[in-house]
Amino acid sequence: MSGRLKVFWQMLRRLSGDDAYEQYLKYYTRHHQTDAGHDCHPPLSKADFFRQWQDEKWNGIKRCC
Amino acid sequence: MNQLLKNAIWLLIALLGASAVGGIALNRGENINALWFIAAALCIYAIGYRFYATWIAATVLSVDETRATPAERLDNGRDFVPTNKWIVFGHHFAAIAGPGPLVGPTLAAQFGYLPGTLWILFGAVLGGCVQDMVTLFLSTRRNAKSLGQMARDELGPLGGTAALIATLAIMIILIAVLGLVVVNAMKHSPWATFTVSATIPIAMFVGVYMRYFRPGQVLEASALGVVLLLLSVAGGRFIDEHEILRLLFDHEGLTLAWWIMAYGFAAAILPVWLLLAPRDYLSTYMKLGTITLLAVAIILLQPVVKMPAITQFIDGTGPIFGGKLFPFVFITIACGAISGFHALIASGTTPKLLSNERDICMIGYGGMLLESFVAIMAMIAATVLDPGVFFAINSSVGVVGADTADAVAKISSWGYPVTVAQMQNLAHQMGEATLFARTGGAPSLAVGMASIFGSAFGESLLALWYHFAIMFEAIFILTTLDAGTRVGRFMLQDMLGNIWPKMGETSWLPSVVFTSALVVSGWGYFLYIGVIDPNGGVNILWPLFGIANQMLAAIALCVATGILIKSGKLKHAWVTGLPLVWLVIITTTAAWQKIASDDIRIGFFSAANELTDKLAAGVLPPAKAAIAPQLIFNLHLDAWLTVFFVSLLWLIVFDMLRVCARYLSGKSVLPLTESAHSPSRLVEDWVRD
Repeated sequence: MSGRLKVFWQMLRRLSGDDAYEQYLKYYTRHHQTDAGHDCHPPLSKADFFRQWQDEKWNGIKRCC
Repeated sequence: MNQLLKNAIWLLIALLGASAVGGIALNRGENINALWFIAAALCIYAIGYRFYATWIAATVLSVDETRATPAERLDNGRDFVPTNKWIVFGHHFAAIAGPGPLVGPTLAAQFGYLPGTLWILFGAVLGGCVQDMVTLFLSTRRNAKSLGQMARDELGPLGGTAALIATLAIMIILIAVLGLVVVNAMKHSPWATFTVSATIPIAMFVGVYMRYFRPGQVLEASALGVVLLLLSVAGGRFIDEHEILRLLFDHEGLTLAWWIMAYGFAAAILPVWLLLAPRDYLSTYMKLGTITLLAVAIILLQPVVKMPAITQFIDGTGPIFGGKLFPFVFITIACGAISGFHALIASGTTPKLLSNERDICMIGYGGMLLESFVAIMAMIAATVLDPGVFFAINSSVGVVGADTADAVAKISSWGYPVTVAQMQNLAHQMGEATLFARTGGAPSLAVGMASIFGSAFGESLLALWYHFAIMFEAIFILTTLDAGTRVGRFMLQDMLGNIWPKMGETSWLPSVVFTSALVVSGWGYFLYIGVIDPNGGVNILWPLFGIANQMLAAIALCVATGILIKSGKLKHAWVTGLPLVWLVIITTTAAWQKIASDDIRIGFFSAANELTDKLAAGVLPPAKAAIAPQLIFNLHLDAWLTVFFVSLLWLIVFDMLRVCARYLSGKSVLPLTESAHSPSRLVEDWVRD
């Protein structure tokens, strides 16, 4: 039961974008270990990431009738 | 054995579905339980999904689960992100589900429950779901390109331009009609006006909270926002009962319309994080929550549908909008059965998240099934009302007269008895001054929802439920309104940027202000006319919106059919070709009638001529004579707009046919732009990570 609740909570966080920063960090570490050749910049802070993420998310048609 | 059992279960579902549809179709004269609607819907959806959708995916589209999707190939951790299919489904559904499937069925209920219900069910399974799924598939195979880009790349510049213009036009009409729905819900209702206004500062508070106070804590901020929204519903009662405060929120329709225009303009130029994004979070939660609650309440309560299966208004004399059953039921129920707008979502955000092609069926087809189910629930909420009450709420002053005694006499004379006392009592229960002539669909839907919620969860809170329902509708109508204004602004900046590059800079303030003002005045004009129109405005604007939306759907289906034929799938092109033919027939017929009909309640030109004659003869009452020139101008404008829409539609149909004919006769056509196959390496590890 608690397992299911956990999955539900995970879904809710993913759906709402609550864990977007964690996903970004995961993506960052995954991609910056494998090809260390290019110039690395440190990952964005949570506030900076969220700003960019939110602004990008609203470019284009997002809602319907 | 196992196979046998499966077959037996599907046979049972088919039998249950057939008897449910048969039951609601053949029922005459007796009240029918709403559970039959739910049963019919679920069985038809299950069969459509299991047999038609999977067949299309496997045979027509040949989805390939070994093929890497754009989300995998172009993964950038931002907009292209391979995502769990349920999450994508959630995003997709939240994006496609708007106020359309709630308003359309409510208006179409004037024909009785049957025509609308059948079109919602079969239109979705055979048309709308197919359109959404095929568009999603085509966009996924083309690096998540938009519908307009696909039209340009596959059919030619004409198709691309037509798609762009159609999108902008439908956006303008859509926003105007939705604005009108909100205005009619708030007119002289301090409670509703307060609650709806309160959503703006609440959204801003949530925006600031997410941006500065606790950056990125989306769920926490939204939860706070939802609590505040519920408080604002309860707070509205206090305002309504306060002698002085209620005056602050008691306004004429026209005043409210100006406020909505000012709001739309502000929302288009303010940064997204302050208003648009947080409002969207709140409206998404309210929308999903309320729809779930409504489904639970209908199943728990099993309300009885009181509207007859078919009313006499199929002859075109309906009080809510003029026009016969064919083609107007198909135009009125726009989004619940097939909606061109969905093609814009299915070719944009969703394919950027899709991690595997095999999920296209569930997300594209399944998402639209759920939308159709929302429309069925709206139909139930409209038809559980006494038909007399339903018509009293939805008939405009221009049709039944301003005097309540005259109105009830007229409505009762149609065979739907209703009394002034009954309406007053209902208005009192709902915490409103009056419910007569509250056109637009929102108030009657709210009364229906309140009575369902009230019976299921407590009768004493009817007024709260009513205003909760109004707030729920208003919040996502306003979300569509401000998001649409902003998108319109971007599109306009993009177009003007071709002429003067500086205009195309989305952050250059003069351009932002100019294009936003242009978009707002576009829809603001139609909203203004709708508000001053004594016939309620909805009767003109909603068919116009329906025609525009179905035209966009036809464009999407043209692109799909063209690509199927170009891919050598002529044999299966009927999958999108037949819905296309049907849409072309209904939009053209509806447009023709709106232009050429002699009935002044249908034909724009004949209405304009009649008004001109009356004005010249001096028989109009002074109030109406004062606005008559504006109404006449608007009727002409609407007529020419309809001509424009239908010409655009035929242009793109011929363009598609031209491309197909060239391909089939072996001549050169634009090459397919499908991206090359690259194998998927993705292992779905979502639950574990």
